[in-house]
Amino acid sequence: MDDIRQRVRAFLDQFLHGHRIDDDENYFATGHFNSLFVMQLVLFVENELGVPVEDEDLEMENFNSVSAIARMVERKSRAADRG
Amino acid sequence: MTFASTGLDPDQRLARERFAAFADEHLVPHADAWDAAGELPPAVVALLADHGYLGAAVPVGHGGEGLDEISFGMLCEEVGRACSSVRSLLTVHSMVSHAVARWGSPGQRERWLPELATGRAVGAFALTEPGAGSDAGAITTRAERVPGGYALTGHKHWITCAGIAGVFLVFAKLAGEPTAFLVERDRPGLSVTPRGGALGTRASHLGDVLLDDCRVPDDARVSRPGFGLTAVGASALELGRYSVAWGCVGLVEACAAASLAHADSREQFGRPLREHQLVQRMLADMVTAAAAARLLCRQAGLLRQAGDPRSVQATWLAKYFAAGAAMRAADDAVQVHGARGIGGDHPVQRYLRDAKVMEIIEGSTQLQQITIAEAAYMFRARSEPDRAPGRQWSVTT
Repeated sequence: MDDIRQRVRAFLDQFLHGHRIDDDENYFATGHFNSLFVMQLVLFVENELGVPVEDEDLEMENFNSVSAIARMVERKSRAADRG
Repeated sequence: MTFASTGLDPDQRLARERFAAFADEHLVPHADAWDAAGELPPAVVALLADHGYLGAAVPVGHGGEGLDEISFGMLCEEVGRACSSVRSLLTVHSMVSHAVARWGSPGQRERWLPELATGRAVGAFALTEPGAGSDAGAITTRAERVPGGYALTGHKHWITCAGIAGVFLVFAKLAGEPTAFLVERDRPGLSVTPRGGALGTRASHLGDVLLDDCRVPDDARVSRPGFGLTAVGASALELGRYSVAWGCVGLVEACAAASLAHADSREQFGRPLREHQLVQRMLADMVTAAAAARLLCRQAGLLRQAGDPRSVQATWLAKYFAAGAAMRAADDAVQVHGARGIGGDHPVQRYLRDAKVMEIIEGSTQLQQITIAEAAYMFRARSEPDRAPGRQWSVTT
């Protein structure tokens, strides 16, 4: 989980121009993200974290903080492991 | 010597030859007439479908071709070399196909993807409105919950393929949240008004789509409310941008081919134009631009194929460069042709009109400049050694 958080933080940092966020903070509220960001985030989760993002995953609660993304990735990884 | 096949695997080389032959046989001889008529004959849709090209972005499991990104790009290049109106059709149809394949429900995929792949339904992307162009979030078309579904009301305009589409991917605000809907053409409350007189892509069946209390069922909604633009729209527009970028490579190639031929055969001051150094400058720029634009498109394609987040930025670079290159090449092509270039009997004047459209659609040149410059700072910050453990995010690795 810590590793996932770190990777998510590193991904988000490149958009934040030095602005620091807490893991539970809604980073969308910082105003640093344009309309292209969600696509990049989805690709990051799929490509870098290895979890497919399905239509049913598209809920703000799954994406609006470092912790939320980490929880979703862990939940989906566990579900995939269970087969 | 050409660089068009450099780096392709054997299957992609064959695909490229097939796409080029299709364009030369079925599109090039008629493109000027279609442009003049302001429409494509229905047989063109059938031809594209018969060759599997309308299923380019539809997964194999749903009756499509499921082309890899590079092959899809080359299809757009070859079609764009012949006719930007047909390339526009291919682009918006593939955008809708991609949106359904990527974000549609199992029921939507089962219903619509075979229809789209076979051309029984042409798809159109209905986002732009009189007050919402680059600022897509300003759309005012609204969706209201009604028993059994939604009621859509609004005005979409400059919709490519509006005149022939069987299904529209419509973007509306549901309780203030941008949301996407699949709307069949024959739904009561939906009407289409052709929009003629466009500068370029004149045969792309542009039209306005009016929605007047247009009722659609529950299962017409694509993905979640609030993700209509940021997920459904954005991923479709990404594909559109990628497709247009490759189409621009084709436009540059067409400009170069026409100019090389004319400069070879036309004599002034006792020698062919090709021997005049200022003409050579224009020819050199066209040939170089085609090769450079294609490389940027390839870079974007390889990253898209890998599902890499950098593909978003790479696609902007490709589209920005390719659209500008097409405009400069078409401008020069008209210049090389002199008076013939501005006449109605030579395709270079069509190339120039079409190229201008490319600088506006799927992200205007100015929006791209803003986005690319902002991203450059992002990448610069990311590449500073003390801030970048692990992966670098530059698109130029």
